[in-house]
Amino acid sequence: MPRLVKNEAIVECHRQFLPKDSDLTAVQNRTDVVPLSLWVSQTEALSALGVDGVWVDSDETLDALTDTLSQLALLAIHFPAFVDGRGFSLGRLARERHQFSGELRAFGYVLQDQAHFLRRCGFDAMDFRQGTDLNSAIESLADFTEHYQASVDQPRPLFRRRT
Amino acid sequence: MYVYDSYDHHIVRERVAQFRRQTERYLAGDLTDEEFLPLRLQNGLYIQRVAPMLRIAVPYGLLSSRQLRKLAHITREYDKGYAHFTTRQNLQLNWPQLEDVPDILAELAEVEMHAIQTSGNCIRNVTSDQFAGVAPDEITDPRPYCEIIRQWSTFHPEFAFLPRKFKIAVCGSAQDRAAILVHDIGLQLVVNDAGETGFRVYVGGGLGRTPVIGSLIREFLPEQHLLTYLEAILRTYNLLGRRDNKFKARIKILVKATGPEEFAKKVEAEWAHVRDGETTLTQTEIERAKSFFTLPQYQADAAADLTALKAEHKAFARWIERNVKDHKRPGYKAVILSLKPTGVAPGDVTDTQLEAIADIADQYSFGEVRATHEQNVVLADVREADLFEVWQKAKTHGFATPNIGTLTDMICCPGGDFCSLANAKSIPIAEAIQRRFEDMDYLYDLGDLTLNISGCMNACGHHHVGHIGILGVDKKGEEFYQVQLGGSASNDASLGTVLGPSFGRDDVPDVIQKILDVYVERRLQEELFLDTYRRIGVQPFKERIYAKAS
Repeated sequence: MPRLVKNEAIVECHRQFLPKDSDLTAVQNRTDVVPLSLWVSQTEALSALGVDGVWVDSDETLDALTDTLSQLALLAIHFPAFVDGRGFSLGRLARERHQFSGELRAFGYVLQDQAHFLRRCGFDAMDFRQGTDLNSAIESLADFTEHYQASVDQPRPLFRRRT
Repeated sequence: MYVYDSYDHHIVRERVAQFRRQTERYLAGDLTDEEFLPLRLQNGLYIQRVAPMLRIAVPYGLLSSRQLRKLAHITREYDKGYAHFTTRQNLQLNWPQLEDVPDILAELAEVEMHAIQTSGNCIRNVTSDQFAGVAPDEITDPRPYCEIIRQWSTFHPEFAFLPRKFKIAVCGSAQDRAAILVHDIGLQLVVNDAGETGFRVYVGGGLGRTPVIGSLIREFLPEQHLLTYLEAILRTYNLLGRRDNKFKARIKILVKATGPEEFAKKVEAEWAHVRDGETTLTQTEIERAKSFFTLPQYQADAAADLTALKAEHKAFARWIERNVKDHKRPGYKAVILSLKPTGVAPGDVTDTQLEAIADIADQYSFGEVRATHEQNVVLADVREADLFEVWQKAKTHGFATPNIGTLTDMICCPGGDFCSLANAKSIPIAEAIQRRFEDMDYLYDLGDLTLNISGCMNACGHHHVGHIGILGVDKKGEEFYQVQLGGSASNDASLGTVLGPSFGRDDVPDVIQKILDVYVERRLQEELFLDTYRRIGVQPFKERIYAKAS
C-alpha cells in the first residue's frame, strides 16, 4: 500500500488509480480513482457506482469539472516531473475558483522540498516519490512559517497583516 | 533603502535553515543530482566548469556600505578575494565550496541579503534604473514598486517551477535605462491624465537564442492592481507555456505563438477572477514601501564651480564628462565608478575594492551605492563640492577610468573561462578590444557606443542589444566570434543584424577598427554610431569588412 502524508500524518492509501485510457469496464470498486476524461464522459454512470475520486494530469484543465467537482471526495493532480509546476496553479484553482473542499492530492514525482509550496496551494495530501522519509517530509511542511503572498492557506498577504 | 523587519528576517533565516538541510541531504545521498539541481539553482548555486558559482541577489541593484563590507569579508573568507557584478545587478562568487554555502548564506542574512531566486525557473531578481530616485527625467521612483514585487515574488508558492526563468524590470523615467523591452515583463511607470500612477505593461521580451522585443499588452494598469495583474500573467504562462522544449519555454515564445492581442485577452480573462482580491495593494502598503525611499539630508551648500579644477586637470575634466551624471537636486551629481579598466574582466572587483567603495559611499554618498546592469557601480548622491576628492579616491582604487558609455565600457559575460554553458571565451576578447582602443581622445570622438559580448547564444552579455554585439560560437571545437550591428536596449529597442561569417579571436580588434572607420567616414556632424548605422544600413560595413584583399 502506498503511504502518503495527509494533514501532517502518515496514512495508507487503499485506492486504485486507473490509467488514462480506461473505460467504464475497468472500474472495479467505488474507491477507484478515475481519469478526468472518463469522469467527464461517464459522470452519471460513475456517480451511480459511487465513484468519488478523479485524477487530472498536469496538461489538463479543471474547466470540465466545474459542475461536478462538489460530488468528489478526492481530486488528485498528477505531477509527471517534479519540475512541472502546472499542478500548483491547478491546486489553487481547485480551491479558490471552484471551492473544492475534498481531499486534494499531489501524486507522481513529488519532492518533500515542494511540500510547503503544495500545502500553500491547497494540497492536503501528498504522495511523495519512492524512498522519501515521510517523517522528514512532514517536517518540510513547516520549512517556512511566514509568507509574503496570499494563497489558499493564508488568504491575506503579509502586507495586510504586518504589525 | 528598504530595511528588513522581523518578518523579512524570519523568512530569510528559514531559507538558510532549509538550504542547510537540503545540502546535508544531498551530501548524504538522499537527494539525487537531478533533484538537487533546481533546488540549488533557486538559491543561486551553479556547479561550474572549475568550481561552484554562487550568485548573490542585489535587489534592484541597491547596496549599503555595511553590505559591501560583508561581501568583501565573504570573498576573502570563502573565495579568492574577488567577486563579479552581473548584468542583472547581482554579485557572483566564482570559487566557493559547496559545503560552505549554507554558512555564506547565514553571513549574508546578517546584513539582509540572500541568494534567493537568482537562478532557476522562477521569478528572478527584479531590476531597475541605477539612477532611480535621482534622475532628472524621473516620473516616479520605481524602487518602492520593485520592493513590493520582490516580496510578492519571494517563495511564491505557485510560481517556483515555471516552464523557464522569468525576469521583470521596472522603469520610472522617460529614458529607459532598465532595458524593460527585453524582459519577460517590462513595467513602465506612468501618470495618467487624472494624475493617477500606474504602469504600461509589456510582455514577452527577451534575449537568448530567440531575441524578441516585448509587446505592449496594457496601456495603463493602476498601481493598486500591480500584483494581481502580475499574478494573472504568471498563471497564464505557468499553465500554457511550453514545457516540452527548454529552448521554446520562455514566455516570449508563448506570446509569439498566441499573438500579443490574444495573449492579452487571456491575461485579462484570468485577471477578471483575481482583481480586487486580497492581493490588491492597499494605499497603506504603497506608502509603507515609499517610506523607505525618502530623500536623504541634502545640503544647501553642495554646489561648486569646477571650471578652474577642470582646466588644471584634464583627466578630471574627462572623468566629469563621462562618469558624472546630472541629478534632480541642484548641487548634486551621480558618479559612476567604472569597473572596466583595461586588463580586468568587466564587472570584477576585489575585496579591498569593495571596502573602498563602502568607505567612499559612507563619506560622500549617504552610505549607499547601486550596481548597474552595465556592470559598474553608482554613487547616487555626491556633492559637486566633493567631486574632486571623489575622483582622486576613485583613481587610487582603480575606478576612475573615464570610459562610461564609450566603446570600452563593455558588457561582458564570464564566458568560457568560468561558465560551463559558454561556447567561447569572452573576457580575453574584451581585453583585446580594451588594449587596442586605449586612446581616450579617440574614444571620446566616437562618443556614446555600446559593445556587448556574450560567450554563447544564451546572451548573458546582451550582445543582441549592443550597438556592436559580439557572440562567441563554436565551430568544430574552435572558438569563433560573430559580429552584429545596430542593437539597442533603450526606448528605441532594436536587435542587432548579423554582419556575416564569424571571425577568429585575433581578428576581432581589426574588425571593430574597420567598423569604426566606416562610422567615422560616413557620420554626419555629431551623429552617434547607432544613428549612422540606422541611416546607412549594414551594407557599407559588410563591404569594408569582407572586401577581398586587392
